[in-house]
Amino acid sequence: MKNSIFLGALTVSSLIAGAAAAGTVDDVKARGVLNCGVSTGVPGFEAPNADGEWEGFDVDVCRAVAAAVLGDSKAVEFVPTTGKTRFTALASGEIDMLSRVTTWTFSRDVDLKFEFVGVNYYDGQGFMVPKELGVTSATELDGATVCIQTGTTTELNLADYFRVNNMSYEPVPIETQTEASQQYLAGACDAYTTDASALASVRSSFADASAHVILPEIISKEPLGPLVRHGDNEWGDIVRWTLNALIAAEELGVTSANIAELAAAPGDNPEINRLLGTEGSLGEMLGLDAQWAVRAISAGGNFGESFERNIGEKTPIGLARGLNAQWTEGGLMYSPPFR
Amino acid sequence: MTTITDPPKESFRLSMLLYDTRYRSMTIQVIALIGFSAAVWWLVGNTIQNMNALGKDLSFNFLGEPAGYDINQRLIEYTSQSTHFRAAIVGVLNTLVIAVLGCALATVLGIVIGVLRLSNNWIVSRIMTVYVEMFRNVPVLLWIVLAMAILIETLPAPRDYKGDDATASMFLESVAVTNRGIFIPGPSFSNGFANSTISWLLVVGVLVASILAIRYVRAQATKKQEATGVRPTTWYLQLGLLVVPVSIVCIAMGLFWTSPELKGFNFKGGIHLRNSLIALWLALSLYTAAFIAENVRAGIMAISKGQSEAAGALGLRPNRIMSLVVLPQALRVIIPPLISQYLNLTKNSSLAIAVGYMDITGTLMGISLNQTGRELETLLLGMLIYLTISLLISAAMNVYNSRMQLMER
Repeated sequence: MKNSIFLGALTVSSLIAGAAAAGTVDDVKARGVLNCGVSTGVPGFEAPNADGEWEGFDVDVCRAVAAAVLGDSKAVEFVPTTGKTRFTALASGEIDMLSRVTTWTFSRDVDLKFEFVGVNYYDGQGFMVPKELGVTSATELDGATVCIQTGTTTELNLADYFRVNNMSYEPVPIETQTEASQQYLAGACDAYTTDASALASVRSSFADASAHVILPEIISKEPLGPLVRHGDNEWGDIVRWTLNALIAAEELGVTSANIAELAAAPGDNPEINRLLGTEGSLGEMLGLDAQWAVRAISAGGNFGESFERNIGEKTPIGLARGLNAQWTEGGLMYSPPFR
Repeated sequence: MTTITDPPKESFRLSMLLYDTRYRSMTIQVIALIGFSAAVWWLVGNTIQNMNALGKDLSFNFLGEPAGYDINQRLIEYTSQSTHFRAAIVGVLNTLVIAVLGCALATVLGIVIGVLRLSNNWIVSRIMTVYVEMFRNVPVLLWIVLAMAILIETLPAPRDYKGDDATASMFLESVAVTNRGIFIPGPSFSNGFANSTISWLLVVGVLVASILAIRYVRAQATKKQEATGVRPTTWYLQLGLLVVPVSIVCIAMGLFWTSPELKGFNFKGGIHLRNSLIALWLALSLYTAAFIAENVRAGIMAISKGQSEAAGALGLRPNRIMSLVVLPQALRVIIPPLISQYLNLTKNSSLAIAVGYMDITGTLMGISLNQTGRELETLLLGMLIYLTISLLISAAMNVYNSRMQLMER
């Protein structure tokens, strides 16, 4: 009797385990909605707008994937995650992909069993201080109280930076960006540290942004990008090549303005033709239809358009392209060829 | 001649397991045990299966690896190069600190409020009713966040103490109240042991020895009182035992007080009571005190009115009646629910992360979990730690409870 219960338990548990490992793309199609993990709010990257709709640079990646797979860029369920909950949410299958200013590191890729599909923002950790402190360099921060979001790579970078420079500091660990701004603005911390892009984003939300400076030191490499679970390569390929399609579209001059015209009939540039499905069968190889990239690019424009609209120099965030320009313009954005 | 034979032995039939009352209870227990083991087996098997499906294994090796992050409040030596295990210990100690401080303050407040709520003074008893209802009907997390927000937003920043036109000044030149916490003078030793922990253990050891000696003196006095009817005066001996040995040890190790001084960004020196600790401590204590006050009130009301009236008839004043007659009896009713309030407070301290207090939830189950990705292992360890702390508290309180119980012969 005990044996049969054991066998029964084994069957049930293997059924459950089996269900979890099934193809994500089929799950998403069956559900009709893409579950995309975002943060609890980093203006410019991911934050709900006045109408309660999520928008931002990372959100555009989610929308592009939803457009490519489901044909509807609005068919996304955004799941806000904290630095602490994001990996559990992804590993457990609560979300299909995570597009949330997450740094690509060795241990996350290898040990946590995730697959970073690319980089959509090359970032580095910086410090923000109130102007009135008169601090001009991070090396002057000896003895400072530093607000820091827990559960992020910034915690380790901070410890390393201060140890290497033989300085002391007092870490104030904080769960979310909002609480961090509150403590920082009240003067409970001298400095706030996180990725430089997020600092710019936070500063833009302050009442008096000009009273705060971002120090010139960048103390780490933080390549941010979307990620999926290990082991489902079809799904990983879809997300990876959707991101690449956005980057390649900018390089090839495909914009949301001219895409309808370019996709109507094969043109002179074979790579554009392959990307937009007027030639070859790249969509089919991904398990999608030929128009996948057209929909992905139409969702939020190409990589450059999304950048300028959400975090570019004309927005309150005001980030320059810098490392995130196309490789042809001295940046690091470089999509493998579509062939 | 007839021989008496034994009655025929009743042979055992399978149906007896169900219909014979001698066996039925056994049958039910065996079935329950099998069901329970099967449920546990299924849970464990399912977990292992799913871990395998995710390609993860169960391993506690990460505990020996360098943690890489810093912790602000640490009672033992800890740097970012220490192991995750040490970070967990730092977290456990911080949990214990808040539990001990919280239980102590909550008990004092709870007893005072509980007694005052029964006061004959209308205003006083109504105010206490409002206090109790307000605190116990709002989630403790909100109290914690509110306490933190008040501390951060209302108190001056350290930079306000700077310069000639400082808007804030230190209290008695030695206590600084800032929105990063309260800085108070701290003792240290000029020629103690190299490891300051050993010096402190020595002081604590001497104190404990003094207290044991005082108990001995008291026991001797009681013996003499029972034999002769006269209690010898021992207070100077007790006081001497308490003060002299500790003073000798402290002077020998060169005790001196360091006052906090504003250096650079922060106050340096002395003891830094962080905002997170104060906010958590106050919020948990005030919240739990409301529950304890109700326990105290129930305990006092359980003592029949005749007791206080009899004591009054003997000429005792009201506060003597309370401390000599009512409270000692009420304690028997108060202690058992008090145990569960202590346990609640300890477990509620896991909300510490809301204000960035680095307890076991913040270190092992927070940052370590995040940096290593070992969810199952860290959470299992965390559960084990909370279980251990809770069981220790209830064991200690049960011992106290059995001491306070009526001795029945």
